[in-house]
Amino acid sequence: MLGAKSLGNAVTVVIAGELDHFAAPQIRRRLDELLEDQTVTHLVLDLENLTFMDSSGIGMLLGRLRALQSRGGSLSVKHMQPPVEKLFRLSGLDRVIGVEDDIRGGRL
Amino acid sequence: MQNQMELTFSALPQNEAFARVAIAAFAVQLNPTLPEMADIKTAVSEAVTNAIVHGYRGREDGLVRMSAEYGDRRLLTVVIRDEGCGIADVEKAMQPFYSTGDGAERSGMGFCVMQTFMDAVEVDSAVDRGTTVTMRKYITGEVGLHRERMLDEIG
Repeated sequence: MLGAKSLGNAVTVVIAGELDHFAAPQIRRRLDELLEDQTVTHLVLDLENLTFMDSSGIGMLLGRLRALQSRGGSLSVKHMQPPVEKLFRLSGLDRVIGVEDDIRGGRL
Repeated sequence: MQNQMELTFSALPQNEAFARVAIAAFAVQLNPTLPEMADIKTAVSEAVTNAIVHGYRGREDGLVRMSAEYGDRRLLTVVIRDEGCGIADVEKAMQPFYSTGDGAERSGMGFCVMQTFMDAVEVDSAVDRGTTVTMRKYITGEVGLHRERMLDEIG
């Protein structure tokens, strides 16, 4: 995770590198630190430089989604790379997590 | 030509990335497309993570064995084996969203991802003896795509 940018009650976080079972706990901790601020209700994850994700990432994202929904908020992602987008579609994550329009993203 | 490899590594989470790099370095000899390579790496990551998390349940002295082979038919076979606790009900474990419910945030999608991203997945497991996951995928590769494009052009 590289950095976070706040705008009102929304925070955009850049997640880079690989999101697997090894990396998930560190990213989870960082996101949960941001969500300790109860005024944050909308979390946007910029995945442009996320080169790999497996189902460990799905579990981690669903956990953050539940936390945000419990305070009436939302989770969305943008700039997904094709392999990550494929996993999103397979798991149905794209139906519960907002996917922001991205002209750079392609389909497999 | 038949080519094969075998690796043994500790059941440590940081070796999930190592397994992905290793299988990619082997599979690249088949000149797969980028999506095919991503599929293989993801499926291997799921199988290795299962071995570490569920097979050995965090026991770091366990060993994960990964072997792979391919021949002239461009069929890549990858085998991930552990000698951990095994799976009592393989059919149940392979159902989407099934998880052991150990309190961690798990999606229960591991086997589903393997089955979707590879052409065939077999799981052989015995309680207290371990689990062997065998995955197969035909690699179309850049050559195959080029041939398909040419056939399309010819009509």
